[in-house]
Amino acid sequence: MEQYSSKVMEHFAQPHNVGEIENADGVGTVGNPVCGDVMRLYIKVENNVITDAKFKTFGCGAAIATSSMVTDLVKGKTIDEALKISNAAVAEALGGLPKVKMHCSVLAEEALKSALDDYYKKKGLASPVTMPAESGHEHEME
Amino acid sequence: MRKVYLDHAATTPVHPEVVEAMLPYFTAKFGNPSNLHDMGREAKNAVEDARGKTAALIGARPEEIFFTSSGTESNNFAVKGLAHANSQKGNHIIVSQVEHFSVLHPVKSLEKAGFKVTQIAPDKQGIIDPEAVAKAITKETVLVSIMHSNNEIGTLQPIAEIGAITKAKGVLFHTDAVASVGWVPVDVQALGVDALSLSGHQFYGPKGAAALFVRKGVRIKPQIEGGVQEDGRRGGTEDVPGIVGLGKAAEIAAAEMPRRGSYLLPLRDKLLQGLQEKISDLIVNGHPTRRLPHNVNVSFLFVEGESMLLFLNMAGIYVSSGSACTSRSLKSSHVLSCIGTDAAAANGTLLMTLGMGTSAEDVDYVIEKLPPIVQRLREMSPLYEDMIKNRKTT
Repeated sequence: MEQYSSKVMEHFAQPHNVGEIENADGVGTVGNPVCGDVMRLYIKVENNVITDAKFKTFGCGAAIATSSMVTDLVKGKTIDEALKISNAAVAEALGGLPKVKMHCSVLAEEALKSALDDYYKKKGLASPVTMPAESGHEHEME
Repeated sequence: MRKVYLDHAATTPVHPEVVEAMLPYFTAKFGNPSNLHDMGREAKNAVEDARGKTAALIGARPEEIFFTSSGTESNNFAVKGLAHANSQKGNHIIVSQVEHFSVLHPVKSLEKAGFKVTQIAPDKQGIIDPEAVAKAITKETVLVSIMHSNNEIGTLQPIAEIGAITKAKGVLFHTDAVASVGWVPVDVQALGVDALSLSGHQFYGPKGAAALFVRKGVRIKPQIEGGVQEDGRRGGTEDVPGIVGLGKAAEIAAAEMPRRGSYLLPLRDKLLQGLQEKISDLIVNGHPTRRLPHNVNVSFLFVEGESMLLFLNMAGIYVSSGSACTSRSLKSSHVLSCIGTDAAAANGTLLMTLGMGTSAEDVDYVIEKLPPIVQRLREMSPLYEDMIKNRKTT
């Protein structure tokens, strides 16, 4: 297996924003324990700006690091800006991910989009969120 | 920082006496065993000496030992070689579902070549019922291949009972004993097997040196052709230093055998009990008593294996995981799935295998370091959060 970058190891060993937000404005849970990763992301929104984000993740080193990074990236962003955060941006901010772990960054993007979707629904608004197309694992090798 | 290596099922360090025995065969005694001159005969004698020692460890005759490059090669050789050499008799093969891929994949190839395969399911502790093997044998059956012990969950199979059945029915029986040899007594006569795989680096020998036992009179088709070495069964210039090392490791294992079990068993049980006392919601995989003396395989619920492995690595503790995330395929262990371990739990599995260099202090260190890692990851886990909430409401 490819090695993790030092940035990934940093975010894995000391992840930022671990926890829950009471009465969160949006919560998204994505992934599947069978595949080995489940992410739950909480956001707090004030005046269209994400003022806080926290996560809980069951998963590998990359899953925890991408959760930590996506919550870092989203804090202080407007909803519109947050909607534009892609999995590639999360992976890049971590100094790259091993190829077999890129799906963890997709999961982080999905978790964020799912939390934003939940935010719109709670507000009773039409959700503009589209989930990323690429998803899940590649199962080609044994 | 203390370093604790609990991954002896992956590989072992080479015993210092083994290294010492090997060294002259790289330099001063570098001859090719196929040569008739003194240099060649010196090398040939060393290979034959190692053959005798390897045979002695498993109760075989020296001429029944064929050296190979790995356990994987031995298993390929056995499965393909025995099936093809005896295909005039029939085209049916029986294996267990929990075999190593170096048995399962060759069997898949044979299936494509026209063989029929029956895979026997284990029970929840990983045991293969000899009666199920007996029932699966037909007139067409040429080969049964069931591992001596499982490399992941450590379950020891009732090989002697299966051997009695195959003998009575006149079917060839191979056992992959790669995980067992050097750790528990293995005797080909008592087991009644026709072929048996073993690998040196699994028991303090060098990597790259392994063997296949093939009972005298049993036909096997060579898989590496073009050389007269190994009685024409396996071509290629012998890895003389490696083979010498394997022989030495076998000699040491035979001498130490009773002590290995009595040293490892209490340590294994101490580790398991220590973890069970300090960590809730864990599942011990495999059989409680019919298992390798150095194998601990545990699923920690609500946490993922690779994360545990990485944190343990930071603490200087080296283990393996059955998690999907640590395999290239992103699939969790087929063995755990076959014994009915829930897929989420399988992803939180650690395999810890002790060795003769593992001390009681090492075990104490793991019992001290692992519980807070599991707790920390659980506090980070949405599955744990859900479980706590569910427990409160029910």
